[in-house]
Amino acid sequence: MTIHGVIPILRMGDILLTTVHIELHDAVAEGFQADVLTAIEQRRARGLIVDISGLDVVDSYVARILAETGRMALLMGTQTVLVGMRPEVAATLVRMGYRMEGVYAALDLDEGLALLRRLGRR
Amino acid sequence: MNVEPDAVESLSRREMPIGSEDDVVVVRRAVRALAQKRGFNAFASAALTTATSELTRNVWVHARKGIAILEEVADGGRIGVRVTFEDEGPGIVDLERALAGGFSTARTMGLGLSGSRRLVDAFRIDSAVGRGTTVEIVKWKEP
Repeated sequence: MTIHGVIPILRMGDILLTTVHIELHDAVAEGFQADVLTAIEQRRARGLIVDISGLDVVDSYVARILAETGRMALLMGTQTVLVGMRPEVAATLVRMGYRMEGVYAALDLDEGLALLRRLGRR
Repeated sequence: MNVEPDAVESLSRREMPIGSEDDVVVVRRAVRALAQKRGFNAFASAALTTATSELTRNVWVHARKGIAILEEVADGGRIGVRVTFEDEGPGIVDLERALAGGFSTARTMGLGLSGSRRLVDAFRIDSAVGRGTTVEIVKWKEP
């Protein structure tokens, strides 16, 4: 499987960190999901952090891509934490009736790392 | 559906084409710029912008092309933004079911109509099978 590289994925120990800062169009979304899953396998990552602090709009389409990615990673045994969701984005998703299933959430990167550490100790 | 009296004055009007997935972002950005210009707070702006994103995507996914009409509006005391989405696509067979949410005929969450309706102050839809769909949304600025 090739790495598409549209959205960079960094490695921090056994955790992968990715920052979604661009629009997840259909083509980008599939490449992103493939890249994340391939990186999890190759680097034997135990956790995945997705930073979405740069997204000022998360519509149901993008939310679905993010939740799907988390559920895919979970099938491989890797927990996903979304970090940095803006207040107005959280309010909008809940008001729309969206339920984000398959991912954890944390306030920021530090909290996300702490959460993954706690999950790993279980 | 939600009938609103038409004592609304249009202060500006801009028509934008919808004909590609990129237009979801282009139209959304233009709506956000209007909301910011009119001093909407971050929550109202995100609600309007997200509803626009859902409805522009609906046009693209179901009809492939259409238009978005962006207007700054006033009704006496209030200032708002109205966005009208028009397409000549297949139309919606079961409008009630589509508005109830969780129902999708395409690769979406099925929250496009029901979700965006919950985000705005006024929502009006008119759809005829084989002729197309028009959706109008209004978000007012908090006083």
